[in-house]
Amino acid sequence: MQSIPEIIRTIPLTHYIMLSSALFCIGILGVLTRRNAIIVFMAIELMLNAVNLLLAAFSSYYSDPAGQIFVFFIMAVAAAEVAVGLAIIVMIYRNIQSIDIGVLNKLKN
Amino acid sequence: MTAIIALSLLGILNLFLGFWLSRKTIQAATLLFLAGSMALTAMDWNHEMLWYGHMFHTTNTSISFSLIIQLAAFMVVSFSKGFGIDEEHTHPAEYYAILLFSVVGAILMVSFDHLIMFFVGLEILSVAMYVLTGSDKRNLRSNEAALKYFLMGSFATGILLFGITLVYGATRSFYLVNIAQAIANTPPESTPVFLSIGVLLILVGFLFKISAAPFHFWTPDVYEGAPTIFTMFMSTVVKAASFAALYQLLSGPFGTMYGTWVYPIYYISMLTLLVGNITAVYQQSAKRMLAYSSISHAGYMLLTVSANQASTPSTILYYSLSYTLATIVAFGVVMLVAEYQTGRTEKPENFSSFEGLAKQNPGLAFCFTIALLSLAGIPLTAGFWGKFFVFSDIFNRHVYYPVILAIVMSAVGVYYYFKGIIAIYFKEGDIERIELPGLVKFAMWACTLGTLLLGVYPSIVKNLF
Repeated sequence: MQSIPEIIRTIPLTHYIMLSSALFCIGILGVLTRRNAIIVFMAIELMLNAVNLLLAAFSSYYSDPAGQIFVFFIMAVAAAEVAVGLAIIVMIYRNIQSIDIGVLNKLKN
Repeated sequence: MTAIIALSLLGILNLFLGFWLSRKTIQAATLLFLAGSMALTAMDWNHEMLWYGHMFHTTNTSISFSLIIQLAAFMVVSFSKGFGIDEEHTHPAEYYAILLFSVVGAILMVSFDHLIMFFVGLEILSVAMYVLTGSDKRNLRSNEAALKYFLMGSFATGILLFGITLVYGATRSFYLVNIAQAIANTPPESTPVFLSIGVLLILVGFLFKISAAPFHFWTPDVYEGAPTIFTMFMSTVVKAASFAALYQLLSGPFGTMYGTWVYPIYYISMLTLLVGNITAVYQQSAKRMLAYSSISHAGYMLLTVSANQASTPSTILYYSLSYTLATIVAFGVVMLVAEYQTGRTEKPENFSSFEGLAKQNPGLAFCFTIALLSLAGIPLTAGFWGKFFVFSDIFNRHVYYPVILAIVMSAVGVYYYFKGIIAIYFKEGDIERIELPGLVKFAMWACTLGTLLLGVYPSIVKNLF
């Protein structure tokens, strides 16, 4: 049986870079165009996961575990961010019964 | 370094203290903890050391930045008379604990030697700040600020991470030393394209965090919406830590790629100076004016980073310290006056609510004036020397356009800072005497005297290392 790094290496590295960049750009577009806070939030997670994928690919290609360790850190930190972010969104929903970020414009003069 | 472990444990202890102790006692305990961790940090002075598998590096530079950060946290805690408006819904122990945790993140950010350490530090600081921004739960403005800060902050983190990944792909390491070696050893023609893209993406992520134009749009809203005490913390600690980290990254591993990042930084710092200063002129709210002023100060500090001279770290240190001292007093006085005016006027944070402050509160007015003068860069205050060092650093690079623009913009700055001073001294108003608790008085005068002392003897800090 082939080990996982070898299977990963059967696809050229540039393809991983292209895929991750595409996912990352979709994430950026999502953040910039969507108005629902949860969807914006999901788009940010998509950006982080594009990063994770690329890190894992680089790490397998270079046979260097550091990249995959970084992935664990990103996942842990993203979980912490999700906890705080969802709490903020719930707090807003309790106050205005909506999570549309267009409604929040009290601070614009 | 032991201060990180100590602060993390003391933060947890602080959470438990909330069960038994009153707010006053917890505040005193937090101050004691911060003083203790400052002593622990200072003990490492002149002992350059690598910690935690060479991921963490204490040098005199990083120690002095850690001390500034803890000093800022100390002053902010002294200013916090109590969080929130009503007794029932505030949880002082939690807020003090989160402050301590975020200080841990900031210390990691100024002394990292490995990109994982940097990322973890940045996130500890940022996630703590998201919570603190939204801590006024029933206030819609605070909610909005928290959501904006959270979305923009994690967006910036995503971009920064993608940059770090590309740099890792090009250099095969997260250690700053190895990255520097890999970049220096590869001939320019065989360097992968994505190395410079990675560096620029890291830069963009940073520009979001330090609120440089054109990535500044969240700053005024977040600074205005957050409770003032946390705005004070955000604009000092986050900024000092981010600039120290940015300088460490750009001068260390990416130092040989000077040509790639210096021109973007020149243009962005000029844009930041223009946008920050000119928009600040039109602000009616003192808090919002200070937010734009913090954007413009980010422009000055970016200029120093781009100079990349031997004297740059001490210039950034001096500028951070002078900016921190002045900003804490300025936001502090805005907070005190706004608290007094709440219910009396419609918009308690506007300049109009400061009118006639000097009559009954000469001390408060004096401290506010010194803080604004220092931010404007008037001689005999720390801000003047801060700007002077920035300009002379960049002048030694033989780059003149940004300096000329920066000098013109600091003249614009004098105009809007003096709006506050004029409102205090030359307008009629009926502000009664505002009673200050002892700690607030202490923090205010300590920062003001520090500003004046640094203005007269700038060499105390400038020649530190």
